[in-house]
This record gives sequence, C-alpha cells and structure tokens, in this order.
Amino acid sequence: MPRAQRALHAAAVWSLAAVLLIPFAWMLSSSLKPPDEVFADSMRWIPTEPRWDNYRKAFEEMPILLYTRNTMLITTLCILGYLVSGSLVAYSFARLRWKGRDAWFMVLLATMMLPPQVTIVPLFVIFRKLHWIDTFMPLIVPAWLSGWPFFIFLLRQFFLTIPHELTEAARVDGAGHFTIYLRIMLPLSRPALATVAIFAFLLHWNDFFGPLIFLAQESRFTLALGLMTYAAKHQSEWSILMAMSIVMLLPTLAVFLFCQRYFVEGIATTGSKG
Amino acid sequence: MSRHASGRFERQENRLGYLFAAPWLVGFFGFTLIPVVLSVYYSFCRYDVLRPPMYIGLENYRYLLTESGNFWKSVWNTFYFTALRVPLVIVGSLLLASLVSKPMKGIGIARTIYYMPSIVSGVALSVIWLWMYNPSHGLINQGLALLGVPGPPWLESPEWSKEAIVLMGIWSIGGGRMIIFIAGLNAIPRHLYESAELDGAGWWHRLVHITIPQLGGVLFLLTIVEIVTCFQVFTEAYLMTRGGPENSTLFYNLELYFKAFQDYDMGVASAMAWMLFVATLAVTVVLFQTVGRRIHYEGRN
Repeated sequence: MPRAQRALHAAAVWSLAAVLLIPFAWMLSSSLKPPDEVFADSMRWIPTEPRWDNYRKAFEEMPILLYTRNTMLITTLCILGYLVSGSLVAYSFARLRWKGRDAWFMVLLATMMLPPQVTIVPLFVIFRKLHWIDTFMPLIVPAWLSGWPFFIFLLRQFFLTIPHELTEAARVDGAGHFTIYLRIMLPLSRPALATVAIFAFLLHWNDFFGPLIFLAQESRFTLALGLMTYAAKHQSEWSILMAMSIVMLLPTLAVFLFCQRYFVEGIATTGSKG
Repeated sequence: MSRHASGRFERQENRLGYLFAAPWLVGFFGFTLIPVVLSVYYSFCRYDVLRPPMYIGLENYRYLLTESGNFWKSVWNTFYFTALRVPLVIVGSLLLASLVSKPMKGIGIARTIYYMPSIVSGVALSVIWLWMYNPSHGLINQGLALLGVPGPPWLESPEWSKEAIVLMGIWSIGGGRMIIFIAGLNAIPRHLYESAELDGAGWWHRLVHITIPQLGGVLFLLTIVEIVTCFQVFTEAYLMTRGGPENSTLFYNLELYFKAFQDYDMGVASAMAWMLFVATLAVTVVLFQTVGRRIHYEGRN
C-alpha cells in the first residue's frame, strides 16, 4: 500500500476505535462526578475533582457484595454443570456407538433452533409445581442437564478432532471409556473447555431474564437484577448508576482481556456473542 | 474375540452411550420436549397458572389476530426494528472487519477495542445507554449541541425510540459479528483482488464483484442469525422503555412477556410464542429456498 493510503487507513482505524470507546469513557467520567457536574449543561469529560465517594455510596445503596455472591454462586455452578455434563454427553456423541445416536444428535441440533419463548411459560409452571420459584434451582439445574445444547455441540466438534490413535492405545491397555474420557479427552480439550467456561460465565453473569422470572426476594437477587431494580427506582442517580455498572462490568472486562483468544476462537465457530 | 464376546461389548457400549448422554436426555425430556408439548396445549387453553387450564380451541389465536391491538402493534414494531437493524449491523460489522482484516501496526489492539463493546450486555448496556440518550444531559445530545444541532428526545419520543435502540445495538454487537467477517475476508483468495487490480477495478467494483460474492455464505448466515436475533428483541426494550413511549417500543417478545408474567394469560402468551416460532421458521426457510440456493460456497471449506 502506498504511504498516504496507509496513513489514511490507520487514521480511520483509530478514530473509529476512539468512537467505540466513548461510552466507556463517559461511563467512567460520570461515575466520578458530583451531582451538579453530572447535570451540567455543557459537556465535561474530566470531573473537577474525582468523587470516589460515589463508589462507596454505590455499595451502600445496593447490597453489591451479597448480589455478587449470589451471581458468583449461580455462575460457578452453571459453568461446572456445562463442563461436567456437557463433556460427558459430548463424549457419548463423539466417541461411543449407541443405537439412535445420530438421530438423537439431529434432535440436539434441532433444539438449538427452538426460541426460548416457546418453553418459558411451561417451564415456569413446572418449576412452580416443584416449588423452585424464588430459589436458585431454575437457574442452575438446567445447566447440569445440558440446558445449552450449543456447548455440547462445541465440545463434540472438538472431541472429533482428537486422533483415534490416542484413545485406541489406551483401550488396548485395558482402559475403559470413563478413564479415557477423564484422562485423555478432558486434558486434551482444555481450549474447548475454556471457551465453554468463558461463554457460560458471560451468559450467566449478565443473565437478566432468568432471574427476573424466577427470583422474587431481594436477598436472592443477582447483580443484573439488582442493578435493574435500582435503576428503575432511582432514575436520576446517574453517577451512582454508572459506578454500579462499572463494578458489574469489571469482572467481565478482566476475563475478556485475559482470555481474548478463547473469545475469538469461540466466536469464529458460534457466530454470536455470549 | 468370539462373536458372543463382541456382542456383549456392543451391548455394553450401547448402555454406556445412553449413560453418558443421560444428562442431556433427561434435560431434553424435562426442559424441552414436555414444555413444548405443554406449550402447544396451553395455546389452546385459558390458563392463569392458579386454576387448571381450560380448553377453548382457537380462541387465543382468534383474539390475537382479530381483536388485540397490541399484538399487531408489536408485530409492526418488531418488523420495523428488524428492517432497520439487520442491514445496519451487517454493513457496520463488515466495515469494522474490512478495516482490521489486513495486517498493520497495532492491529491486535484495534481488534480488541472493536470487540470490547460486545461484552457489555443486558442490564449494564441498557443503563449506560439510557444515560447516553438522556435528552438534556446525555452525551449524545450534548455532543449534537456542540455541533449546533438540537438533539431529539431519543427514547422519550415515539419517533426516535426504535432508532435509538438500533443504534445502541450496532455499538454492542458490531464487534462480535466483525470477528466472523474477518475470518470470512481472510479466506478470500488473494489472487482475485490482484487480477482485479491489474484490470484497474476500483474499490466499489472489487466490493461488489469479489468481496460480497465471495463472502456469500458467511453474509447469508449472519443475516439469518441477525433476523432471528431481532425477532427476539426483549431486554433492551424491557429495561429502557417498558415498551413506551406510546407503545413505540412494544416489541413482540415484550408483549409476550407482559401477557405471560403481568396478566398471567399463559394461553395467549403460548399462542404468541408459537406464532413467533412459525414466523421465524418461515422466514428462514424462504430465505434458504430463494437466496440461499444461489450462493456458491467455493473458496472455503
């Protein structure tokens, strides 16, 4: 590329990057402003004096630690569920021969197309009969029963790429399928498992629909539900709301920055965001 | 190994297969198949959860199609939203991808920044953009004021509310779609561009005659994914506008949610869910039959 064209290209790339970062910068700036500067009539990026107190207030106004604990508990148990049950099921679809396997796999693919709205009403009724409403059960149990078929699909595709020679050698040595699954497949599939874990983390950390429908008591709220409730009640507390949003975003930002390559790999195969 | 023994191994592997797949099989019956069957049944019933469902035939469908004004309003809103957002997201993310598909200094950082908005979703996304769109103190209108343009009241006006949600959507999803386009762009054989350049083909010509046909499959699939995503829009509207002002953001799934979890009219909600499913399926099938057939997948495996 000629020099002038290259400079133009770089200018386009970086100015667009700046535009995309604006909401982040505005959020941070607003979270550190005193009320009179938040409602100033003209644009102001740097607060005259950063008010870290807004963050203390955010923790006071909303039980952030409790909500974080709830969110982490749900998210962790869901991730474990997807990893444990998802990988077992994926192994069965990738490596075991059983009657009807291929037909069941088609069914699994078909369930990925089903919009969640179709099942949400009966699920609510079923969970109500089980007395699971206002507990974490409806949010966690489906993950252990492979409630996100896409993860099984992703793991199965990865398992298929592992050479048969590796597992056959172990079989000759007398290893059973469970041993092969545990000692060969899982260790070799770390990248795929990491991708599943990260997507599951984002999915449940940000999940708002599930908690909205299944949780009632404020003490059981997740961060997303808590932030929503606070925002609905205090519509003009913008600096506090921005501080809360940043606190909620920080873990996801950290995971993103440290695990970027799994994001890219995962997305290249999924075509959607978590 | 005798035949008898190998038969035993087969039976054993068969049992083991079902055992390993059991978590999904149980989940499939409990959380998918049974709910799907129930949902069909509820859609023919009057059902408020507290009393047992009462069969009323096609009444829910009749009510929705002929009587409920909100139903058609939500269909129109969702259609408008989809028609506006799909092309913008596709063009926007393709633009992002084309900017950072070729190697350059700092490309990793640029891609990271482009992707970053995609990890902000749901409640945090809505809260941030509610503030961005604040008519008098939000960043967007303050920025427009600097340029001497009086900003519209965005989410508070029926004329701009859908556009505002679309704009936010492009910011939030463009980077995610971009990554798929980068993979697609990099799979296009270089020599196609080189020979076009030798022929003196301009930027537009290369885009229309090489890039778009070569991206065919990716472009097509992303369009379908995007349409399905738009049909299911819910969270942003629920959090930012509750369907207002004047029902201008009452999208299909929001109306479905109100019917189910505010009115406890599970029959009507189930009927709505099925109609959405059928509409989604119909659009997908029609697109595959018409556009999908003409796409050639050469150049990629």
